[in-house]
Amino acid sequence: MIDVKHLKKSFNDLEVLSDINETIDEGEVVVVIGPSGSGKSTFLRCLNLLETPDAGEVWVDGEQINVPGVDVNRVRQKMGMVFQHFNLFPHLTVMENITLAPIKLGKMTKEEAIKKGEELLATVGLSEKADAYPAQLSGGQKQRIAIARSLAMEPEIMLFDEPTSALDPEMVGDVLDVMKNLAKSGMTMVVVTHEMGFAREVGTRILFMDEGLVMESGTPEQIFGNPQNERTKLFLSKVLK
Amino acid sequence: MDGFQDTFYKCFIKDDRYMMMLDGIGVTIKVALLAAILGIIIGFFIALCNLSKKKFLNIIGKVYTDVIRGTPSVTQLMIVYFVIFASVHWEKWIIAAIAFSINSGAYVSEIIRAGILSVDKGQTEAGRSLGLNAKQTMVNIVVPQAMKNIFPALGNEFITLVKETAIVGYVGLVDIQKAGDFIKSATYEAFMPLIGTAIIYFVLIKLLTIGLSKIESGLRKSDAR
Repeated sequence: MIDVKHLKKSFNDLEVLSDINETIDEGEVVVVIGPSGSGKSTFLRCLNLLETPDAGEVWVDGEQINVPGVDVNRVRQKMGMVFQHFNLFPHLTVMENITLAPIKLGKMTKEEAIKKGEELLATVGLSEKADAYPAQLSGGQKQRIAIARSLAMEPEIMLFDEPTSALDPEMVGDVLDVMKNLAKSGMTMVVVTHEMGFAREVGTRILFMDEGLVMESGTPEQIFGNPQNERTKLFLSKVLK
Repeated sequence: MDGFQDTFYKCFIKDDRYMMMLDGIGVTIKVALLAAILGIIIGFFIALCNLSKKKFLNIIGKVYTDVIRGTPSVTQLMIVYFVIFASVHWEKWIIAAIAFSINSGAYVSEIIRAGILSVDKGQTEAGRSLGLNAKQTMVNIVVPQAMKNIFPALGNEFITLVKETAIVGYVGLVDIQKAGDFIKSATYEAFMPLIGTAIIYFVLIKLLTIGLSKIESGLRKSDAR
């Protein structure tokens, strides 16, 4: 479903992604872990071209997307993204946040979008917040709305960029529950996170990244139970105390 | 106190001089209002030039802003009136308004540019990640939020503009300032016409300020602060 070949990305002189080769299949829940600055977020952002790769290829559904002439907007409609800082639109109500893209992009009529929005709000457990503005919500609620907003476009793939890192500890569970249910429903997901519990429980595959490379990849049992790479061992010994 | 009443009568009542002042108020408002509207339109496009990734658009925006900021508005007004529109026979106040809008546009463009840049980059990323194109993201997500930051500064610019129009006398228009000036010449009185002029400007701008803050509080309804 997603194919990444020899992906490279630098910011000025700093090489963030050295050479990433990865294939993500339909239905996989790939959890990307690793220390800060290892390139996890940049890798994720290259998948929907929020960052433009310097070299290499990104293929989605058999189509190379990082070449001139590709309609990036059409590709992005297939890939939802959830951000660390939610990035809800503060000037719109929750319902307007959710329905904006489907309506503006002609995917649904206003009535259809609102119906879809109501379903999604029920899924994330926030039906009563349809008319609230983002400023009136807690962090955990904002992130669940952000997930609903992405899902409104009915994407094939969901990308999560540290979705719980900006949340108070007691809010994390609600967001992770929504993500777990999404994984159970068969959604293809790529999740950058520091939540090792989530990675172990929900991930079908773990990628350990460091220094701009995927150092190790495997099932949660392999990575958490019997890591092979020295850096993976060191990282896990620090985070799994 | 009789002296005061006499002078007041002489300056504003006698020979229907208040009519000239009322007409002057009308001219000031017409010129300022049209200049503000055109100025916002010009400013928006210059701001887009400055924010664009295309080099030649940046240069257009930069040169425009530099030239306008680097020359006095009286000079600009006279160049527009006596040079650029020399052979165009539109109404004087429209040409004057165009001159002021060219001037105001440069300042408005900086206000709009700053307002757009003040919107968090994550907002654009969220919009684009949903599949909206750059224009849809700008129109539906960035500009409405930028408006809240732009509006107070834009109000200030409008107030400045009202006062700047006091130089339209240079191209033969009779606005508040010029009307006061005429009364001064006709009556040989300085205090009453000039203080009168000042008071009229002050009241006009006070009303404007009140109106602007009403609109501003309306724009902030989603803040929930």
